[in-house]
Amino acid sequence: MATYDVRINGSARAIESSDPEQPLLYVLRGLGLTATKFGCGLGQCGACTVLVDGRAVRSCLLTIARAQGKTVTTLEGLGSISAPHPVQAAFIKEQVPQCGYCTSGMIVSAAALLAAQPKPSEQAIRSALDGNLCRCGTHARVIRAVMLASGQAD
Amino acid sequence: MGALTANHRLTRREVLKGGALTVAFALAAVPARALGQHAPAASHPVGSEDVDSFLAVNDDGTVTVFCGKVDLGQGLRIAMRQIAAEELGIGVGRILYVEGDTALTPDQGRTSGSNSIARGGMQIRRAAATARKALIALAAERLHVDADVLVASDGVVRPSGGGPALRFADLVGGGRFELKLDPQAPLKDPATYTLVGKSLPRPDVPAKCTGSFTFMQDFRLNGMLHARVIRPPAIGARLIAVDRSSIRTLAGARVVQIKDFLAVVAEDEWTAVRAARMLRAQWSPWSGLPAQDKLVATLRADPDVTDQKLVTKGEPGAKRPESAKALAASYFWPMQSHGSIGPACAVADVGVDAATVWTASQGTHGNRDTFARFLGLPREKVRLIYLDGAGCYGMNGHEDAAADAAILSRAVGRPVRVQWSREDEHGWDPKGPPQLLDISGTVSSDGRILDWHTEMWIPQATQGLPDIPLLAPAAAGLDQVRGLQPGLIWQNGDPPYAADNVRVLVHWLKDAPLRPAPIRSPGKPANCLAVESFVDELAAAAGLDPVEFRLRGLSDARAIEVIRRAAALMKWQSRPSPVNNKDAAVMRGRGIAYVHYKHNETYVAMGMQVEVERASGRIRVERVACAHDCGQIINPDGVRAQVEGSILQTLSRVLMEEVQFDRSRVTSVNWSTYPILRFSDVPVLDIELIDRPTQPPLGAGEAACTPVGAALANAVFDATGARLRTVPFTPQRMKAALV
Repeated sequence: MATYDVRINGSARAIESSDPEQPLLYVLRGLGLTATKFGCGLGQCGACTVLVDGRAVRSCLLTIARAQGKTVTTLEGLGSISAPHPVQAAFIKEQVPQCGYCTSGMIVSAAALLAAQPKPSEQAIRSALDGNLCRCGTHARVIRAVMLASGQAD
Repeated sequence: MGALTANHRLTRREVLKGGALTVAFALAAVPARALGQHAPAASHPVGSEDVDSFLAVNDDGTVTVFCGKVDLGQGLRIAMRQIAAEELGIGVGRILYVEGDTALTPDQGRTSGSNSIARGGMQIRRAAATARKALIALAAERLHVDADVLVASDGVVRPSGGGPALRFADLVGGGRFELKLDPQAPLKDPATYTLVGKSLPRPDVPAKCTGSFTFMQDFRLNGMLHARVIRPPAIGARLIAVDRSSIRTLAGARVVQIKDFLAVVAEDEWTAVRAARMLRAQWSPWSGLPAQDKLVATLRADPDVTDQKLVTKGEPGAKRPESAKALAASYFWPMQSHGSIGPACAVADVGVDAATVWTASQGTHGNRDTFARFLGLPREKVRLIYLDGAGCYGMNGHEDAAADAAILSRAVGRPVRVQWSREDEHGWDPKGPPQLLDISGTVSSDGRILDWHTEMWIPQATQGLPDIPLLAPAAAGLDQVRGLQPGLIWQNGDPPYAADNVRVLVHWLKDAPLRPAPIRSPGKPANCLAVESFVDELAAAAGLDPVEFRLRGLSDARAIEVIRRAAALMKWQSRPSPVNNKDAAVMRGRGIAYVHYKHNETYVAMGMQVEVERASGRIRVERVACAHDCGQIINPDGVRAQVEGSILQTLSRVLMEEVQFDRSRVTSVNWSTYPILRFSDVPVLDIELIDRPTQPPLGAGEAACTPVGAALANAVFDATGARLRTVPFTPQRMKAALV
């Protein structure tokens, strides 16, 4: 059983795992951080997106060994109902989720985009989120919410 | 924002920290809801004729609504509250909500067919109206006044001219109404509505956006094992041998085998995943699927069909004037997956004499008999409790995962959580069935439909089938009723326009290549693609504008209005299709389609503007304009969200989706082999909702799916002069059609 040091949502955590190949996704969910969703395990859908050192990463493909020493932020770490991140607040205002299963990955991907590019064009939003799949068809609301969160709509 | 209680599974503490407008969660009303507990079902009535099954007035002045329909993301949690609160006369913030629990909610039928509001919601409205009448009668007695002078509002009954008020809780708090739903109980005048018709926010949204929402996939029980089921490499393969030693290096991992049902269980999820990957098993060969590239011919040539005339009107075969034009065309819609973003998951705790199953099923009540049968338990000993899964749009793998979990829990004697893989979900979710249609007809030179003949080849639903057969009971050799249920896929196969002679003939197929299930707007997108494309072909043959042609054949004012409004949104210019784009590298065009859903529900007209790139055959949908009349609207933003979703999901199905299979199995088992719509494909959506407060609500979850394929096909025809009649409209198909 090896131990890995990962900073998760602001707290230093010592993660024990018998398998260095265990994806970060299972570690997070095992810790009760279940906002991060299993969607495909193949890096194709974006449901498991988290921030790793500020960048949007598919946690189903990042092994715990490679997460060693990194800083990880999940949807729970971005904000809460009483103190939401601007992207979360915009998603709530625009009533984006339907089933909501893709929402966590969408918000985290959008937060990474806005951190790198505070006023993205609609085209840039579409490109940044193109790897996040949604089956309910909430795309138009997602785009509106990201425009709102970036202060480009009201 | 003024969030209501986000989720009835929240703990009291979480609710209390949620803000001033958050509703206190009356745990007393739903004792069995405590997370992870096996509390016995409360003694709450569930008969669908009883007011008490739908409503309880609690001691603290809140009212609990018990709903048998479940919220799959379509917003019932707020819409049902609005209906109940409006009719009862109480603030929507004081309505608590319980859904889809066989021990606590009335059986209102499966959450399907876009009828949750139209039928389920109207039962709740009726229950609330009956309750209001009873509360007023009780207050009249108590206050010694005439019931006529009393009104119920804001949770109290008071004289309309002022005076002492009695709280609902003072009248029946904690007690029961002991009344049947009263069809004579007066309903409120829609002109006085203050809640119905408002875009109140959906209460689950804040928690879904911040990670505090408990999805099915997130639910845990103490002592629970994690399982993965190993499905065979060929659909009909039998299990020959299992090499249990192949997972011996994984501490705590165990094999469970019941006949052809094979699974691994482990204490933690990642170990279960690894065990499923490492386990070696030998399966018999099987290759019973038809050849995919010959599927259309196979369906058409099937000798073992039952014919049924669905529509016979007028006298076919009459002699037509020489100026009339005769046309014929064939259309095909392939098998499609529900494509849930989250693979199915379920948790079950099954003992020797009782079972509790947590499931994202759209039909917890209906599943009860099925689960009781294969578990060999009395119905009363089986409880299914709904938790939100990823959207399922008909029936994905949720119910199969629940059966997996139930069978495994009984086998290992502990609660079991089953999580499907992506490959499981794409490979094994029941599929939208294939649909083949031939249409022929004649049109007069002045644009009247003289003859219309539809023939369909579609799988037939088995009469009286309680549920779609599940994988695990079949593999484990347990008792279940066999048969097919593809949904009401024969509807809307005839034109909604005036026509002299109409025939619709179904060739019912006895089987389907892959296990079928309803998929959103079952069958209607294919039928409407065929019918509304063919109408467009007739209009073009008559040299008439597509909107004008349709309006000439309609007399229903609501039909005419949606078409006119959609055309106005499109800034429609009257001219026949196609436009002349002969030399353009990028061809632009517009199309329209219309449906009166099931011929008696929601009216939808949809315009589409497209670009087709000649060199690549790539279709880009620029804009979709939709006029939508679903009668009385309960929550406009909720309806709008459903219409947006219906359009985008169906665009995905039309442009991209087809289940791929070889002779043994489904081969499109991930998002690269089964692609769906992405952000770069999303058009501008222009949606106009027509609210008719004095008309019955008709349903908004499916109707807007129906005309998407036809509107797109007609726009493509307008742009290119070429007809696409086989879904999906891939660049290859488009290019081939352009030659």
